[in-house]
Amino acid sequence: MADPIIISASPHVHSDRTSKRVMYDVLYALIPAFLVSIYVFGINALILTSVAVISCIVFEYLIQKYLLKTEIAIADGSALITGILLAFNLPSNLPIWMIIIGAFIAIGVAKLSFGGLGYNIFNPALVGRVFLLVCFPVQMTSWPIAVENYLSLDAVTGETTLGIIKEGLMYGETMTTISEKIPSVMELLLGITSGSAGEMSALALLLGGLFLIVRKVITWHIPVTILVTMAVMTGVFWLVNPELYANPLIHILSGGAILGAFYMATDLVTSPMTKKGMVIFAIGIAIITVVIRLFGAYPEGVSFAILIMNAFVPLIDKYFKPRRFGNKIKSKIM
Amino acid sequence: MLKTFPKGGIHPAENKITSSKAIKRMPVPKVVYVPIAQHIGIPSEIIVDRKDKVEIGQVIAKSGGFVSSNIHSPVAGTVTKLDMIVDTSGYKKQCIVIRTDVKNESNFEVQDFPLKKEITMGQKDILKHITDSGIVGLGGATFPSHVKLDLKNDNKVDCLIINGVECEPYLTADHRLMLERADEIIVGIQILMHALHINEAVIGIENNKKDAVKALKRAGQSDKRIKVAALQVKYPQGSEKQLIKAILKREVPKGGLPMDVGVIVHNVGTIFSIYLAVQYDQPLIERVVTVTGKKIENASNFWVKIGTPIKDLVAEVGGLPEGTRKIVNGGPMMGKAIKNTDVPVTKGTSGILVISEDEASRQDPKNCIRCGHCVFVCPMGLEPHLLMNLSEKGLYERAASEDIMTCIECGSCSYVCPSHRPLLDYIRFGKSIIKKLNTAKN
Ligand code: SF4
Ligand code: SF4
Repeated sequence: MADPIIISASPHVHSDRTSKRVMYDVLYALIPAFLVSIYVFGINALILTSVAVISCIVFEYLIQKYLLKTEIAIADGSALITGILLAFNLPSNLPIWMIIIGAFIAIGVAKLSFGGLGYNIFNPALVGRVFLLVCFPVQMTSWPIAVENYLSLDAVTGETTLGIIKEGLMYGETMTTISEKIPSVMELLLGITSGSAGEMSALALLLGGLFLIVRKVITWHIPVTILVTMAVMTGVFWLVNPELYANPLIHILSGGAILGAFYMATDLVTSPMTKKGMVIFAIGIAIITVVIRLFGAYPEGVSFAILIMNAFVPLIDKYFKPRRFGNKIKSKIM
Repeated sequence: MLKTFPKGGIHPAENKITSSKAIKRMPVPKVVYVPIAQHIGIPSEIIVDRKDKVEIGQVIAKSGGFVSSNIHSPVAGTVTKLDMIVDTSGYKKQCIVIRTDVKNESNFEVQDFPLKKEITMGQKDILKHITDSGIVGLGGATFPSHVKLDLKNDNKVDCLIINGVECEPYLTADHRLMLERADEIIVGIQILMHALHINEAVIGIENNKKDAVKALKRAGQSDKRIKVAALQVKYPQGSEKQLIKAILKREVPKGGLPMDVGVIVHNVGTIFSIYLAVQYDQPLIERVVTVTGKKIENASNFWVKIGTPIKDLVAEVGGLPEGTRKIVNGGPMMGKAIKNTDVPVTKGTSGILVISEDEASRQDPKNCIRCGHCVFVCPMGLEPHLLMNLSEKGLYERAASEDIMTCIECGSCSYVCPSHRPLLDYIRFGKSIIKKLNTAKN
């Protein structure tokens, strides 16, 4: 025998699931939404996404090589995905230097300063987004209007659906008059509206989300619980006073709820590990989101809600453990 | 829906290459190496000496205590050495070396035992035969069988479960035995039911062996007390606790035994040995072994004398293929990698698996991405990522309070981890330290 015999402990086989495959699956799942964003926002969406992705990867490389002097981990694909998700959460006409700042915060602060992949507590892309939102509120909330901006770099900007509703209600309008100014449910489904680059088409996002569930990258628990809880909560308010509150369908289909539920909240590293924990986590996100949307100053609250619940994940993991086999079972013979 | 256990589990590629290969008889080896620690518990005591002539089936090492077992000579021949050899555990263990007497005909006549249905023996005699015949759990656990049968008078065992699950990929020894010896297995079950006054028996078989389900249903037709349960295919269903849960929905308490929920579990191979021991007074000197691997030319199932060097088996299937990197005693999920093929077959050897280059090496572990899959698949409801972390950091007390000791070492966690983390390696390590700490305390 030329080669030495390997002695290692069992198991001697491994499933074909590798972290690389997981990352690729996430990548594939994002394709439909990416295509829609290019269709809707044209060249700007392409620039935004490329800048975000490239800067995330470059920051990861530079920081790992020169600052941390650790192994370069860009091959694991996680910086790439953070870049795409960050881009999806930004308006497509954001100045390039702001995108780069966002990427730096996401990778340098939210991910690597916590110890890198697997150790970060907060979703890096969302930290990047929220940082930008707080620093540059004007640019971060001027949303280019769909399709009209095809191929043009200077976008005509407008309000998001939830923004129109919030403003309208503030000036005492009723939902009946407001509803004439916002996109129809069909438009929301297809993505002919305004908002962040990747949150456009609910259908495209659902398609990718379904793929992630089928490929067992995520389970249904987080997205379904978030959307159902949101629908129930906003539904109650809507039933009580439909003139003051938007109907649940509008809430679910707009303002990044689906993007958040399927792609941001389900981030493996920053979500709980047990199914029980996931449900608790998701209910928390839904409640905070609805409270911010209905009563807070911001028209939309998914990002904040996810970041707040990220902070509770260690606690959730500690208290919602899987049920141990044979625990608290009395034996038949005493 | 077919029955199965509710929490966790995986479905690795089955690779049951040899399921259609009838069990062949291995030629009698020239020399057998019989270790005296083939079972869980106290090693047996050698009662023969160098140059002694031994008959086939003669006791050569006797049970060293209650949780121990007799060992019989698999051949007629001469004891040439009492030696230390490396066994499947990887450690040097004491072993009796016997040279087969090629002139002694009893070595070569294949005894054909016709089906014998009537059970004439009484309860005490049956148990004595099982004890004397050196029968241990043949599913791999090698727990001396008579210990499981030693029921106190106040026992409330009401169900006998027969384990024909064979959930390990590649292995087909039990499958073939069920197909070829269904009638004998049914009689074996009746023997145990008779001896233990149990009125219900369920044979659990995974549904990838539909022919075995059929064969046993047919064989057991006339006995209404014996049922066959076809189970969903899911690893590790062959583990006692998971099997009991799947079939009876009873959950063995933490740290408890099947008996605590009124159940005794025996493997089909063990049942067949019990049949031979009781009906024909045959001690356990041979067993069925699957010799397999993707590149093995003539992979098959064999009747093998205990003590046969694994190299004889490998030669029988066409030799080690080019690029062999790992040889496993048992299945790919729980088997032990062995150093070379000089190691002998023991009572617990259910298969020899030869793995080549492409599958043998492990990938480098990466950071845990907290995907939770190890938690989802753990049949015991543990958090393998956490247990690994705690053992790595030496936080054994916390690991113990997180129930590390209930891990059944099924390997499902390591199997699924996308970051290739050696979860079970660290869990095993943690368990062994905690065991040591506990014995030190007492
Ligand atoms: S922790 Fe133990 S019982 Fe759980 S999957 Fe891993 S090896 Fe199996
Ligand atoms: S399966 Fe591996 S990567 Fe996933 S949580 Fe467990 S240890 Fe971490």
